[in-house]
Amino acid sequence: MNQVTKTTRRWEILPVAIFLALWEIIARLDLVPGQFFFPPFSVVMEEFGHLIANGVLVDNFLSSLIRVLIGFFTGSLAGVTLGICMGWNETTNKALHPIFSLLYPIPALGWLPILMLWFGIGELLPITIIFICSFFPVLYNTITGIRAVPKGFIKAAEILGASRMEILKTVLLPLALPNIFTGLRLEAGMAWRVIIAAEMVAIPTGIGALLMRAESLIRVDIIIVCLIVLSVMCLSFEKFFIFMEHRLTGKWR
Amino acid sequence: MPTIELKNISNFVCRDISVTISNGELLVLLGPTGAGKTTLLNIICGLAPYEGSILFNGEPIDTIPISRRRIGYLFQDLALFPHLDVRRNITYGLSTKKRGHNQIEARLDEMCTLLNICHLLGRYPKDLSGGERQRVALARAIAPSPKILLLDEPFNSLDIKTRKYLRIEFKRIVKDLNLTTIFVTHDFKEAEEVGDRLAVIESGRLEQIATPQEIFFSPNGYKVADFLGSPNIFDCEGYEVLGNGLVKANCGGFTIVTVWDKENLSKIAISPEDIYVSRDEPPGPPINRFRGTIVEEVSHNSVVTITIKTKTKDILARIRKEDFLAENLSVGSGVFFILPLRNLKGA
Repeated sequence: MNQVTKTTRRWEILPVAIFLALWEIIARLDLVPGQFFFPPFSVVMEEFGHLIANGVLVDNFLSSLIRVLIGFFTGSLAGVTLGICMGWNETTNKALHPIFSLLYPIPALGWLPILMLWFGIGELLPITIIFICSFFPVLYNTITGIRAVPKGFIKAAEILGASRMEILKTVLLPLALPNIFTGLRLEAGMAWRVIIAAEMVAIPTGIGALLMRAESLIRVDIIIVCLIVLSVMCLSFEKFFIFMEHRLTGKWR
Repeated sequence: MPTIELKNISNFVCRDISVTISNGELLVLLGPTGAGKTTLLNIICGLAPYEGSILFNGEPIDTIPISRRRIGYLFQDLALFPHLDVRRNITYGLSTKKRGHNQIEARLDEMCTLLNICHLLGRYPKDLSGGERQRVALARAIAPSPKILLLDEPFNSLDIKTRKYLRIEFKRIVKDLNLTTIFVTHDFKEAEEVGDRLAVIESGRLEQIATPQEIFFSPNGYKVADFLGSPNIFDCEGYEVLGNGLVKANCGGFTIVTVWDKENLSKIAISPEDIYVSRDEPPGPPINRFRGTIVEEVSHNSVVTITIKTKTKDILARIRKEDFLAENLSVGSGVFFILPLRNLKGA
């Protein structure tokens, strides 16, 4: 890590440290009435430790994580696959575009009532919600990415003897990667936001459900622990895709 | 390498073009922007629809798919794959043809030695200079051993010095490889330097096909002459050898000294932009210096084209507007003009 990066990191950490210190001081000095509603940071961290030790946080976190991973992976995979087909083949695009353009504007959580009736309260429900949430943005980013590849590269590959499949594998997909990653990055964070909302409304397990239970027991410390977990996971997923994008395209961009 | 025959090629741009390019010949398609030069290249490699027929060595290739026509194409913007390093760019056309690893490596070595790019193999296109990118693109085009090489204004984006250097090197390489080549440009000087023959295309029609010298001295009609910049052509009646490769020729009342080491000098030509014009008598020996009067001026953006009347012939000269104004020139001004030795062409 060079000196400039170290200095930048230091400046990024400093405001967070100041924020946590102010939080602790304000809560300890009882500046906000009712300590139950505004626990100090140290109390939140203490509860964080308890929730890990008794397994409550880990169980609920793993439930949410598995749902997000399955829903996000299958949704993205379907989005990328269909996006390639629609971006590369005009007939497929013409056939599917009218359907998707009708379904795309519906928010993922809008599907919740009908999916509850179809699938009931089970694992399939949140996974399907995450699938829908991930599918459409990744689909449209992939279509844009494939279409944004300059025609000159396709002509060059054709003249150099590449088959359609080779052109797809060696030219279109690599050059569409930046756009695909933009979709993945945005939706990775969104998947966590949506799963929490779905669990709060309809699923009895997961971080969202834990949040709702904490709310009914007036346990603000647990609510804050859940929010911290949510924030860290959104950020980690987004950072993971930024890292992957840099690994795969950083050399040539 | 094959002979290419284009028979009555027509489409939305080209109009009934027929031309035969001999084995190993370097033909330059010359013409203004939008004349149909690139469209003709696209037709040859199968990227544009057309009527008529294309034959390689007498065999029609109209139904052969692009990937099997064995054509090397150097695009105007080069189209180097940005996500592949130089090594993978050059070997792309070999990998698609499923050549073995050893064969690919051997050909890569051959290409990078020929074009002097061995030190660039690990770099990506974004890290290459303009000249390096041209070399890599040329290596990629010729690595799969094409039968025909097509080049679409490949040196356009380069500075004059690099352009000149690469032109010379490019010609050497295609001649060494005995490649039948079609080179597109809108620059006559580039065409003259590179081509064995030039085909002048204007509004989709083939106006003239001949050697650079024949086209320069005997342009076939107004369109070709205008495209070449309407060179001043002097018909010479006789000449005297001065030694050191120089001759003194009598050309319609003008005594012109020029470089000439062949037989029978019958014409001397000079482009209007190569003539030096001044209001005051220029210093130096009175060789290739003449007097006249400006009888017409036509201004185009930053350039002024003037017609200088002399006793025997009207001379066309093209000068920068700022020089025209600085010299305080206008219609009726008496001027001196010099025909610089190095810019004269003999025939």
